[in-house]
Formats: sequence, structure tokens, C-alpha cells
Amino acid sequence: MDSVRSDRTGGGRPLPIALKILIAGGFGVGKTTLVGAVSEIRPLQTEEILTDAGAATDDISGVEGKNTTTVAMDFGRITINDDLQVYLFGTPGQDRFWFLWDELSFGALGAVVLADTRRLADCFPSVDYFEQRGMPFVVGVNCFDGAQRYSTDSVRQALDLDPGVPVVLCDARERQSGKTVLVTLVEYVAQRRGRPVPTA
Amino acid sequence: MPAEPPGPHHDWLDEEAGPLVRAYTMTGGRARPAAGGFDLVAFVVAGPPERLAGRPQFQPEHRMIVEMAQEPISVAELSAHLDLALGVVRVLLGDLLAAGLVDIHEPPAATNYPDDNILKAVVNGLRAL
Repeated sequence: MDSVRSDRTGGGRPLPIALKILIAGGFGVGKTTLVGAVSEIRPLQTEEILTDAGAATDDISGVEGKNTTTVAMDFGRITINDDLQVYLFGTPGQDRFWFLWDELSFGALGAVVLADTRRLADCFPSVDYFEQRGMPFVVGVNCFDGAQRYSTDSVRQALDLDPGVPVVLCDARERQSGKTVLVTLVEYVAQRRGRPVPTA
Repeated sequence: MPAEPPGPHHDWLDEEAGPLVRAYTMTGGRARPAAGGFDLVAFVVAGPPERLAGRPQFQPEHRMIVEMAQEPISVAELSAHLDLALGVVRVLLGDLLAAGLVDIHEPPAATNYPDDNILKAVVNGLRAL
């Protein structure tokens, strides 16, 4: 509806532009850790309530006897300057909540898929999701203490990634490391601009 | 048999009834806002809180939103700070929008958005953190 779009700014203040970046990957891979490492605020949590009534219903009265589930999404924020903010959203750990992924990825700049080489298969659904939607993503290989180190090439091969997709080793706990992953993503997004969007 | 809890007892509130979706009681059972998409990173800016005076149709949660949105605040942050589910916040925002008490600034939807200058600014900003 057009009425929700408004160019008026309250009190004449310019409003910042907010960009969304998704942090995806399997359960326990360090998504919230990464968000917390680079965010200027303690990660916040927003949640959505799911009911059996289904996403298409407008009215949820009468669902009292049905199951309800709460899905939490952690997010953080980075203020680039007065006009520009970056929001980092951790995707829900359970891949079955795809409709929430759709909401999160709507208008998003791109995604970081965190991978743990001990459980590489956990990030397959995330990789599939972003590939299918043509959303730019980078793979961050979270190097946990004691985790066997693999080369980025072997991870790329195991995930069967397109040649251009960046793969970086990182430590989700380290701010500098997290920043590097985000810079890699944004540069990749800019670089892809010059090319035609690949058709699936 | 557990002891009866103190306070009023409702015959229809037992284990068979299952959990009530309490979060949506403040929206009168409405799960969808009257209008709008309310993106997670849409910014909300409210008018003066005094404009809610004498309007009993608005709940305390509506007032909290208006107070928090005196400075621009994102939908996601409203939800987090109010500890209300996103769907609930969106319904409440729809009420406030319909009454002209808030402005919602959705992120631009252009296909080539954000442009290269914005991307460059993000990279430089991230590096400088």
C-alpha cells in the first residue's frame, strides 16, 4: 500500500538508510557470536509467533487449541555514518522456517553463510537457499579452536560453489575477522553489479 | 490435583484448552496490520505523544511505540525493546499509521539499490571501525 511510504521526515531530520545483511548457517555454528562481535549494540532479539492457523490467515482467534511456536531472530547494528546503518540478522537455526528467511532476505544486500568444517553439511540448506534466489553470499569458515583446518579450496569443492563465490576463513568471535568477512561480502556484491545476473 | 490458583477461575482455561496466544490479545486477535508491509528495517517516526491523549482505543503498547519513536527507530528494534513479537508490533503500527500518529519509512525497493556509492561507503565504514 502506498500510504506506508512517506517522504516526510519527522522534524525535518534526514532518516538513515538501513541495509540488511543475513548471517546464516547451521545450528550452533556461531551466527549470534559473529553478530555480537561486529555489532555496536549487544545483539537484540526479535521473535515471530507461528501458529497452525497458517501465514495466510488474517485473524488468529480460534487458534487457542493449536500449537504455537516462537521463532527468535538475533540481530545487531553497525552505524557507518549519520546516513547509513547496517543491520545484521541471524537466520533462525531451524531451516524449516523458510517463510521467515523470505522475510529476512527481502531487500537484503547479501548473506554470510557460516560453515563449520566438522559439520559442513549443516550449511547446505543455506547455500541452496541463496543460490536459488540469486542472492549474493560469501562463505565464512568459522575456525573453532581445535577444529581441523581445511583449505578454502577444499571447502569450495565440498560445497560445490560457483567459482566466483568468496570463501574466507574467519573466527566469529573476533571483531576484525568478522569485519573482514563483511567487507568481502560487500565488495563481492559491488563486483557482481558489473555482470549480468546469472539465471538459475 | 494441583491446588487452585488464587484469583478468578475460568472454567474454559484448562490444560485441554492449550496455550492461549496471549501476545495477540492486545491486537484483538488480529494477526495482520490494517495496511503496509513494515519491513524489519523500516524506520518509524512518531508525532508528539500528547496526540494520544483522550483516545482510549489505544493500548499502553501503542503509547510505548509512540514514545520510543520520537527518534527514528527500526521496526526490528521496536519489537526487541518492547519484547513483542514482530506480528504484534506490525498490527499496532498499522493502527497508529491509520490514525496518522506515525510515519513509516520503508527501505527503497529499486532493483539496483543500493548504488555503488553506498556500497563504497559501507566498505570504507566497515574498514574504519
